[in-house]
Amino acid sequence: MTKKTSIGSKLYTALVFIFLYAPIAVLIVFSFNSGKSTSVFEGFSLYWYKELFNDSATLSAFKNSMIVAVVSSVISTIMGTAAATAIHGYKNKFFKSSIMTVTNIPMMNPEIVTGVSMMLLFVFIGSLFGKTGTLGFVTLIIAHTTFELPYVILNVLPKLRQTDPHLAEAAQDLGCTPAQAFFKVMLPAIMPGIISGLMMAFTLSVDDFIISYFVSGTDSQTLPIRIFSMTKRRVTPDMYALSTLIFLAILVLLIVSNIISAHGDKKLSKKEKGGAKK
Amino acid sequence: MNKKSSLMSRLAGAPYIVWAALFIIVPLCMVAYYAFTDTTGAFTFDNVSGIGKYADTFILSIWLGLLATVICLFVAYPLAYIMAAKGPEKQSTMTMLIMLPMWMNFLLRTYSWMTILEDNGLLTTAINSAINLINDTILANNALSFSLDPVHLINTRGAVVVGMVYNFLPYMILPIYTVMLKTDRSLIEAAQDLGGNKLAVFKNVTIPLTVPGIVSGFTMVFVPSVSTFYISQKLGGTGTILIGDIIETQFQTANNFNLGASLSFVLMILIFICLAVMNRFSDDDGGVII
Amino acid sequence: MIKRLSSVLLVILILFVCISPVAVATGEAKDYSHLKGTTLNVYNWGEYISDGQDGTLDVNKAFEEKYGIKVNYTNYESNENMYNKLKSGGANYDVIIPSDYMIAKLVDENMLAELDFSNIPNYKYILPKYKDLYYDPDNIYSVPYTVGMVGLIYNTTMVEGNPDSWSVLWDERYAGKILMFNNPRDAFGIAQCYLGQSVNTTDIAQWDEAIELLKKQNPLVASYVMDEVYNKMEHGDAALAPYYAGDFLTMYDINPDLAFVYPKEGVNFFVDAMCIPKTAENKEAAELYINFMLEEDVAVANANYVCYASPHELVLESDDYDLKGNEVLYPDESQMPKTQIFENLDYDTQQYMSMLWNELKIEGNSNLDAYVGLSVTLVLVVTYLIYKFIKKKKREAYY
Repeated sequence: MTKKTSIGSKLYTALVFIFLYAPIAVLIVFSFNSGKSTSVFEGFSLYWYKELFNDSATLSAFKNSMIVAVVSSVISTIMGTAAATAIHGYKNKFFKSSIMTVTNIPMMNPEIVTGVSMMLLFVFIGSLFGKTGTLGFVTLIIAHTTFELPYVILNVLPKLRQTDPHLAEAAQDLGCTPAQAFFKVMLPAIMPGIISGLMMAFTLSVDDFIISYFVSGTDSQTLPIRIFSMTKRRVTPDMYALSTLIFLAILVLLIVSNIISAHGDKKLSKKEKGGAKK
Repeated sequence: MNKKSSLMSRLAGAPYIVWAALFIIVPLCMVAYYAFTDTTGAFTFDNVSGIGKYADTFILSIWLGLLATVICLFVAYPLAYIMAAKGPEKQSTMTMLIMLPMWMNFLLRTYSWMTILEDNGLLTTAINSAINLINDTILANNALSFSLDPVHLINTRGAVVVGMVYNFLPYMILPIYTVMLKTDRSLIEAAQDLGGNKLAVFKNVTIPLTVPGIVSGFTMVFVPSVSTFYISQKLGGTGTILIGDIIETQFQTANNFNLGASLSFVLMILIFICLAVMNRFSDDDGGVII
Repeated sequence: MIKRLSSVLLVILILFVCISPVAVATGEAKDYSHLKGTTLNVYNWGEYISDGQDGTLDVNKAFEEKYGIKVNYTNYESNENMYNKLKSGGANYDVIIPSDYMIAKLVDENMLAELDFSNIPNYKYILPKYKDLYYDPDNIYSVPYTVGMVGLIYNTTMVEGNPDSWSVLWDERYAGKILMFNNPRDAFGIAQCYLGQSVNTTDIAQWDEAIELLKKQNPLVASYVMDEVYNKMEHGDAALAPYYAGDFLTMYDINPDLAFVYPKEGVNFFVDAMCIPKTAENKEAAELYINFMLEEDVAVANANYVCYASPHELVLESDDYDLKGNEVLYPDESQMPKTQIFENLDYDTQQYMSMLWNELKIEGNSNLDAYVGLSVTLVLVVTYLIYKFIKKKKREAYY
């Protein structure tokens, strides 16, 4: 089926990718700048990579980002998987569809509205108790969990639909408790959905700026917020150095996972062929 | 025998239902509450009725968002089409390459567009030196004494639209591509075998089959474009204050939560209306989001 | 026996009373070790502290090392931004550094804590002329950090001649090359100075006059900026920008084409001072931090880095101070521009000002293209939906 691609389509693809990668190339090039500027290249140096590891504010922001991302994605994955299982089981159509509508809200709503609404809630609750300083790690994690939940649910639900509902029943007939049936039979079947939901939740959390911007407090600056306050004045190339490192890490990760999955596919197809011969 | 397990699965949903009520529904009620009260907490229509002043801002935001979305669609569709026709290995490489930029912080990527578009930036300098060359060599001796003006890219609406297209393009490519992969290629081949010319097949078969992808791509580009504030702040300059900017200012500097809430409220309703209209285009309800 | 005991107690008491002021006076004897391991939230302007770049002193790190108190340092970009965070009650800060009029406002709204100056012995180094100022006449809420004036920064390669008036910010030749303050008080301040008004007027008509002027300027302005001004001026992306004098020196280091002038119509003079909000959770450490900022080597490092004029006696005398006698920061009496100070406006005027400011921000949205484009889209969408509807009806009729 693979057609010979025309020169036109090759050119087009190249142009789109140049558009997508031009700013990233600029960013990577300037991370090696020996000067302080992010627009005048003065010479090659690794100075900013060294500087990055002395910049305690940036490193602690990175740490905060990681903490928030790990905690919120784990919470949302557990809660979301449970919710998806429950939603899948609901018989009442109206109830089911209204829950799905609510689930869709954080995805459809502009992020700024979500952020603002959360901030209003937290500040309002704080003022009810006459407390100040309500915004912090806890509110940040609540907000992140909330906007990650729909993605987890929508990743797990299709897997549940694909799984044969009689599987769990069969397991119970064979003497499993419902809990055992779920953990031993259903869970492995929907695992790929759970994992992709977890990955997505984690990514969204690390990337999120707009919602965090409204709900974070003094002690919970995440990396994007730190970057935002830097772009307000002057971005030093150590930020570029950090994102170059992240970029490389992701690149390596993706390539490795690609190779592994390609390898796995080959093995699988070999096995199948072997089986067919027998 | 199913009673026990169904009860358990019902209970499994309980934490989420409580959570969703507390952190999805209640916050939206808070927005409505702030939108219809003044600083003392008394009920008022002043905030909402005062929004008329921002009609222009809403119009501009929706227009630029729409423009960016349509451009994304026209850029993404051919690319998704090209990708779907490639072999599996090339496909996974290209998907990876499209997703990779999304891992870089979007603030920094937008910031680096400033480096490109500034008056002394890379692209502007390149274009302007080309223009100078043309002016000096070709147009210098012409009778009309006509010459090209240097271009100015940053702080224009065009720059904002470029920023939006750049940031959200992957969200358009991926859903369309996913739907194209799922569509049965044999349908297209069948249409060709039945004598449809290329254009007719494309129009009557390929496009209708990919509508769900287009709808979800449209949603994923349009919503963040309309409500952005960072892109317009960095690339837009004075003439391009979007509704996101105004909302952000109310909450971050002007300390007018009530006005900010009422603007958010209206923005949310407008977006839901736009999405509802968009969904009329697909016979599916909602389409695929992820 | 009881009598003896009580007399011993009395002696001890007297001794204690005598010694404790001495301990306070020497400063060092006071024991702060109980603060070890606590956290201090410092909320400051961007680029407003020596942060260890290029071998300078990293003030926060030095403080952490000296006292074992963790500093949580975050930035704001304008007084209003800071006020907003504080007022919303979302976040608690221990040290903030607002400007004069904002301090007056915070005092008015009862949001600042009284300082315990026994923890801030270095306050004695503040020059007398920066004490007893209007926003804090009894010196109980604030300790001056820097002082300065607003002026006009311009790029000599892009601007003709030597401007000496704010009027150049309204010069159409520089359309698209002009930057303007992105906070209402400073932006109105310039218009009001230019108009010869008081920056603290409560006369609505005068504010209207000022906003008219700013609206006239709006089409010429490239963008409203705060600290983004650094990059834009340093790289010659803009020709003219009003900004704080000290920041000019920072930019000039990178781009020597820049020049600076105090326009003849008058400029704003300001004091930024360190304060502690009422909601502070670690007040004693906050006072310790303020005191630390006034230690000679720290103050000199900050003054060298921040480039604003210093109210600190020892800094002005120090040999390590690079900007000693700098004519931009410390102009002679003869060169001294006319100055006005911002006072806290009453509530109504503040509301009116921020309403005008909102108007100004959306002023530039000339929307013809948007209206036309959206109407066309709307027509297309409606036509399509009708077409689809008719087609469906026809099909139904057919069957």
